[in-house]
Amino acid sequence: MSYEITLMTTMAISVLFALSLNFITGFCGQISLGHAAFLGAGAYTSAMLSKADVPFLFTIPAAAICAAMLGAIIGLASLRVRHDFLAITTMGVGFLFVGIIRQQDFFGGEIGIAGIPSSGFGKGGFMLICIALALTFAAFSLYVRRSWMGFVFKSIADNEDVTRVLGIDVSRYKLIAFIIGTGTAGVAGALYAHHFRFVGPDSFGFVESISVLAMVIVGGIGSVWGVIFAAALLSVLPMLVQFIDDYKLLFYSGLLFAMMRFSPDGIAGLCTRLFSSIPRRVPDNGGNNR
Amino acid sequence: MLYLELFIQGLVQGSIYALIALGLTLVYGLLRILHVAHAALFTLGGYIGVIVTNATGSFTLAMVVAMLVVGLAGMLMYKLAYEPLLSQPPYVSLIASIALFIASEEIFRIAFGPYGLSYQTAPLQGHIELFSGFYLKYAEILVMGLSTILMIALAWLSMQTRTGVAWRATVTDPDMARAFGVKIQNVRYLNFFIGSSFAAAAGVLVALLNNLVEPTMGSVASYKALAIIVLGGLGSIRGTLIASLLLGVLESFGTIYIGHLLDRDAIAFAFLILVLMIRPQGLMGGKL
Repeated sequence: MSYEITLMTTMAISVLFALSLNFITGFCGQISLGHAAFLGAGAYTSAMLSKADVPFLFTIPAAAICAAMLGAIIGLASLRVRHDFLAITTMGVGFLFVGIIRQQDFFGGEIGIAGIPSSGFGKGGFMLICIALALTFAAFSLYVRRSWMGFVFKSIADNEDVTRVLGIDVSRYKLIAFIIGTGTAGVAGALYAHHFRFVGPDSFGFVESISVLAMVIVGGIGSVWGVIFAAALLSVLPMLVQFIDDYKLLFYSGLLFAMMRFSPDGIAGLCTRLFSSIPRRVPDNGGNNR
Repeated sequence: MLYLELFIQGLVQGSIYALIALGLTLVYGLLRILHVAHAALFTLGGYIGVIVTNATGSFTLAMVVAMLVVGLAGMLMYKLAYEPLLSQPPYVSLIASIALFIASEEIFRIAFGPYGLSYQTAPLQGHIELFSGFYLKYAEILVMGLSTILMIALAWLSMQTRTGVAWRATVTDPDMARAFGVKIQNVRYLNFFIGSSFAAAAGVLVALLNNLVEPTMGSVASYKALAIIVLGGLGSIRGTLIASLLLGVLESFGTIYIGHLLDRDAIAFAFLILVLMIRPQGLMGGKL
């Protein structure tokens, strides 16, 4: 039973983390190649507070606030750059985060922070907390997508300039997406820290950022159900099949490439095409954001 | 004295960056793809260089073989991976490229082992004394010399030949170039061949400087080369060259003076973010 609990916990944390990226990249169309930095910010905040005897439940909002503050700063900076420049800037943020953490003894340096106290809810209780948080954010995502804000996000993702012409404060909505997305990543980080009871700089590097992006893209960028499915599947697949664990990166990257090559809109797009006779509207990029 | 030494080290590193980043800029200028998998070709070049040198004993031959084979591999990569994705939104080819790069790192690890390869007898390891107490390795001279020669050759090709004219025309306006009878497809192949063979040269040179090729040698190069071309203002060759040398020198000083705050890679990206905040279009980029 303990094994299944670990499995479910990992799954729930990955789903929460992937949904947080989906909020920024999927809903609002702002690509991020450094999302693991915010997972890391949350994880380090929560780990260090826990070591200072702050109860686990209080470290969650603290981690969210810390990550969201970082996200707000990055978001403000990112408002100045678009498209490819944005992708590289967010990638830079990821490297900067790891680079700073690695050099500071305050954050445990290369070694990281070990011996994080347990959550105090037992393994089962902790799993339930993780699942509850993941489901809450999934519901929130579904709600937002139908709300006025969701329409604005979609409009920004489709064509930023037209949205601005319509009189909508694009910067404000982008910033909101960034803050919610990074704050949620911080929550996932707090859970991560208490699940593995260890955080180190290597856990939040570029590979982690790409893995979570892979979950979002394999699921179908912007599709809540698709992302939940892909995150749940991709996070536990390496644990279930030993062969995949050995060649984990090769498997991930092969899958990612195949997905891009044959179905760029992910599992969600694949399902839509399979189960619907009405052809799906091809995303119109018209080369204007190239 | 220390300053001069750091400066020269920076220039050597900067020349390597320039060779790698140039291919990326060429690809970006023509196809608007952020070609992360370029670093896989760089690693491939390094491996071929070491293997051929060890097998035949000739470093020159190794360099030529590496540049040719990797150039062809680059064309193949374009044909198989990028061409089918050209009509998709830009993030698709970016993600595909990252996937390709990670996969290639794993393939290098599986094929050649995780610990890397070295030259049996590394060529050009001697050094000359420029003046008292100041040494320069032959390998370092070769790095700077060869990069300069390759850059000049490229400049000659693009400015003085008909092929170069067709190439520049395609970069400026593909449709118009096509209307004038330029075969766009061939220009793209040429582009990938040249960019990839430059990356291979850089790979062989890095293998010479470190006397080591390992599966992960491309990772730093790939991300940093992206930073460089963004810094230079995507697609600008002049900007890329300036940014490469600037970053090389900046890093070599930065590692000494602010190394306790940030590691080497973080310095590059801190500089990148700083520049983008002031000039979102990069150092030499045109208006967005």
